[in-house]
Amino acid sequence: MRMSPRAVTRFLGMRLIHSAVVLFGVMVVTFALIQLVPGDPVRLALGTRYTQESYDALMAASGLDRPMGEQFFAYIGSAATGDLGVSFRSGQPVTVLLFERLPATLSLAGAGLLIGLLIAVPAGLWAALREGRLADGVVRITSQFGVSIPDFWMGMLLILVFSTGLGWLPSSGYIPISESPGGWLRQVTLPAITVGTVAGAILTRYVRAATLEVANMGYVRTAKSKGLAPSVVTLRHIARNALVPVLTVAGIQLATILSGVIVVEVVFAWPGLGRLVFDSVASRDYPMIQGAVLLIAVMFLLINFIVDVLYAVVDPRIRLA
Amino acid sequence: MKQTSETGGEASQDPSGSASPASGRVAAWKLLAAHPVTLFSIFVLTCIVVVALAAPWIAPYGVNQTDVSRALQPPSAAHWMGTDDLGRDVMSRIIAATGTSMQIAVASVVFAFMVGVPIGILAGYVGGLVDAVLMRVVDVMFAFPVLLLALAIVAILTPGQLTTMIAIGVVFTPIFARVARASTLSVRVEPFVQVSRTMGTPGWWILLRHILPNITGPIVVQTSLSLAFAILSEAALSFLGLGIQPPYPSWGGMLFDAQGFMSQAWWMSVFPGAAIFIAVLAFNLLGDGLRDVLDPKQRTLAELRRKR
Amino acid sequence: MTPVPTSAPVLQVEDLSVSIGRTEIVRGVSFAVNRGSTLGIVGESGSGKSMSVLAATGLLDAPGASVTGLSQLHEDTRSLTLTSATARELRRVHGNSVGFVFQDPSTSLNPLLTLERQISETLETHRGMTRRAARSRALDLLESVGIPEAESRLDSYPHHLSGGQRQRVMIAIALACDPALLIADEPTTALDVTTQAQIIDLVKELQAERGTAVVWISHDLGVIGQVAEEVLVLKSGQIVEQGPTSSVMEQPKHTYTQQLLSARPTLGRHPDSADPDAEVVLEVKDLKVDFSVSATTGRKRIQAVDGVSFCVRRGQTLGIVGESGSGKSTIANVLTGLVKPTAGTAELQGADLLSVRGASGRSLRRRVAMVFQDPFSSLDSRMRVSDSIGEPLRVHRLPTGGSRDDRIRELLQLVDLPEEFASRFPHELSGGQRQRVSIARALALEPDVVILDESTSALDVSIQAHVLALLERLQIELGLTYVFIAHDLAIVQQMSHDVLVMRGGKSVEQGSASQIFLAPEQEYTKMLLAAIPPEKPAVVRR
Repeated sequence: MRMSPRAVTRFLGMRLIHSAVVLFGVMVVTFALIQLVPGDPVRLALGTRYTQESYDALMAASGLDRPMGEQFFAYIGSAATGDLGVSFRSGQPVTVLLFERLPATLSLAGAGLLIGLLIAVPAGLWAALREGRLADGVVRITSQFGVSIPDFWMGMLLILVFSTGLGWLPSSGYIPISESPGGWLRQVTLPAITVGTVAGAILTRYVRAATLEVANMGYVRTAKSKGLAPSVVTLRHIARNALVPVLTVAGIQLATILSGVIVVEVVFAWPGLGRLVFDSVASRDYPMIQGAVLLIAVMFLLINFIVDVLYAVVDPRIRLA
Repeated sequence: MKQTSETGGEASQDPSGSASPASGRVAAWKLLAAHPVTLFSIFVLTCIVVVALAAPWIAPYGVNQTDVSRALQPPSAAHWMGTDDLGRDVMSRIIAATGTSMQIAVASVVFAFMVGVPIGILAGYVGGLVDAVLMRVVDVMFAFPVLLLALAIVAILTPGQLTTMIAIGVVFTPIFARVARASTLSVRVEPFVQVSRTMGTPGWWILLRHILPNITGPIVVQTSLSLAFAILSEAALSFLGLGIQPPYPSWGGMLFDAQGFMSQAWWMSVFPGAAIFIAVLAFNLLGDGLRDVLDPKQRTLAELRRKR
Repeated sequence: MTPVPTSAPVLQVEDLSVSIGRTEIVRGVSFAVNRGSTLGIVGESGSGKSMSVLAATGLLDAPGASVTGLSQLHEDTRSLTLTSATARELRRVHGNSVGFVFQDPSTSLNPLLTLERQISETLETHRGMTRRAARSRALDLLESVGIPEAESRLDSYPHHLSGGQRQRVMIAIALACDPALLIADEPTTALDVTTQAQIIDLVKELQAERGTAVVWISHDLGVIGQVAEEVLVLKSGQIVEQGPTSSVMEQPKHTYTQQLLSARPTLGRHPDSADPDAEVVLEVKDLKVDFSVSATTGRKRIQAVDGVSFCVRRGQTLGIVGESGSGKSTIANVLTGLVKPTAGTAELQGADLLSVRGASGRSLRRRVAMVFQDPFSSLDSRMRVSDSIGEPLRVHRLPTGGSRDDRIRELLQLVDLPEEFASRFPHELSGGQRQRVSIARALALEPDVVILDESTSALDVSIQAHVLALLERLQIELGLTYVFIAHDLAIVQQMSHDVLVMRGGKSVEQGSASQIFLAPEQEYTKMLLAAIPPEKPAVVRR
């Protein structure tokens, strides 16, 4: 008697509605971004390049001369079709520019998250199963170090040691994975370690806490009373149950990891979304900022929805939140 | 003596219910004092505050005292942490930046606390539609990476100390709202609150006498952790050139400057980063120690450990 | 099976002590269990009964625990000293020669694994069975423990089962490898009384078939009397009495055993008869409460209380009895305003109790007080006893005839607590003392009706007896009116003048206590009464 498909559909349907509500809020916020700029955003963006013609052209292209309500619906309508306006700076469509940068960010965030999980799952389990002993203390303090270290400083230290010092790895630049997987790996190693260390430190704490809770549950005692090998008790009974809540946390922590990616991209001159946002803020390219913020928030919602789907697969007790 | 004999007898027959707690729920500060890591973090934080307050007197050089002839000097007796590309003393700038960093962290966390905690308590206590609406707003805020939202706020306003405070404060508000709501929800269904409700106790009384005192623990812990995170966020914004503006010194800004001199002057990037790291670590360790003491679940563990 | 001399004990424990840190929890315990027989270990919470057995079987993994003494497992021709065995040797024994059933069926099964997997992993580990062979063996086991439609249940998850069924699955797991010894640690404590009776029968039946030796740990002498031939009474980690169940229970030698036996709630005690025409204080008519709950199949409405009516007379007690899910606590929550009813009325001396609001509602609320079950969470851990008791006085600005502190002292006296307790915090009190504070707080309201919702069921029997005696005395002295809600029929009989039996939200039977207990009309009431472990130990069949 597998879990009824209707229950899963219901659960995911509820989560989908929830995501849609939040997505609407996200659109309101990103729309408000440009409206809240004190003064005239087009004027500000043009700065010293201001001429009447360029001003009129940009104003018409951005639609900022229309009434606000009309602008909002136009914004939602065009965003739904993938049109996020044109960049003030380059005059190119925002969507095109964003998708040019997306692979670089995704490959860095993915590699970072992978490193983070590879650190966090074993370290968290290990510490929790030796609660109160030396190993636990070492993991707890080390994870505190990892949480407290500024990611950009960590990146700079890695560059100091492995690039300028030892000369093992490049300090900046990006090679698409499709062009040369080896080259990508050389380039991504240092930034990914930077992102992964911080993510790993955060996740370690969650894995440890979840494991501690599970390790005291009755079914773990039952498993031990069956005379199962310790590895079976740990993997089948403790780890599986502990990782269900960690899955959710990992989805939510993704926002923190993406925060880290933004600065790390600046440190390593990694041409991703973070670098793009940074450049756009500096040049007051509002449509670009708006588009990037929206894209990142949508990615966050999407990944959390995928986490919900996984959750429904892993945990037979689906409860409606 | 009034009829204590039976009660006394009962107590002796009932060692279980009382054995661990009755032997003494130790005062919070005593537990804290027995925690060397937490004590050390308090010591470090005190030092940081002293440095921040006494900066003008203890900094060996002026903040913007340039001397191009002594640019990029490695650490020496005259310049313990070396000099930067303009010949400014790195240590003096780190000391001067301490106050700014603390001010921004404290101000933004106070802002987030003052706005977020009442919202969270309201949502948790009233429930229903109010809760649903407020929490969807919080969900929306959580969909943006902290730094991204702060960047967007800075992009709207002009970069500077006040903007940095506002940006970090706004971004942290939902975190406080969520913690306050979760604790309120869990206390609200505790039997002792239920009992009080059955006795016809008015809502405001329950809120003031039962809920507020019982949710302080998690909120105090969150405050300490948020201070750590606020320092990190300010440093990141300043590192991106969108926080504290030059010529005012900031740890993040110094690291940004250091990027151009990585191969010539390691000290420019090592020392300011270490300052951030130490301050953040101290607040994080304090938060962790407070959690052990103030979180009832954790607390029994701490007491157990103490008894062994 | 190889014949084993019946004289050889399966488990022999000699001079076993357990300490954690510097505290000695178990001191010099010795016992033995023979093939096919059951040893009962009885004691109150903190007596070390679970710990001594877990230590003897090598399953104790409390940090910092040290075990001394000897414990030997004799099986067929082999024997193993469990107290000095290596972890590997112990693993070969656990689940194979020794099976375990624990107390809480809601947490003792892994929520993420199918029942089949949880049974078959034992078989795969110890018997080297293939997955398919283990599956068919698991099916046999589920059938033998009485799980209906066992075939389709193999692939279901624990949350699909009721508490009693989960405990049956635990028994199937424990017996999967035909162990020589079964450890049952409070296996029926979390279950309803009718389910408890079924589980007891099941274990006895399986034991008779397989000749398993059983160590049955319980706080309940009634249960031990049903299952065990030999009994061991533990107090503070030491054996106070040991012997055949019949003689220990019939002629207890130690005063502690005598106390336990006399404190045990047993049928047959009842309060003095009361005036059947006394004034009706509380009258409830046709009460209905619906809840909307989220379930795996979507939202559905559950009728927690479905058309219940009763009245309570001044100075008397109405007992409401029922198993879990019967809706008895929902009634308490409606009367105290924690839950809104769907339909029906409740009148307190003519005043409508259910639709009240505002200040007048508050003064009406004052007249119904409630004492909750859990002594640990029903007092605010940050408030002194005096503040907890004083809260209703302050909220309702009750006249105290003197200072508020005097009144608090008076209330403490009423519940037999010394006045110094006023300045204590809840964590400085024992469970029974806290429950007394809760009663004092309820009395501070000067209520017309006191609702006692399982108010003594979290306490050890001896403490429960003291608190019940206190409640009886207060009723007589102060003329209190009680609604006494409990799952334990014996204490309901002891306390009540009238009784309401509930099942599935409906009233099954109601009437005077003597009628319900002496001449029940409904099958369900008879079944409940029959499920109570008898006072006398069962005659043991060999």
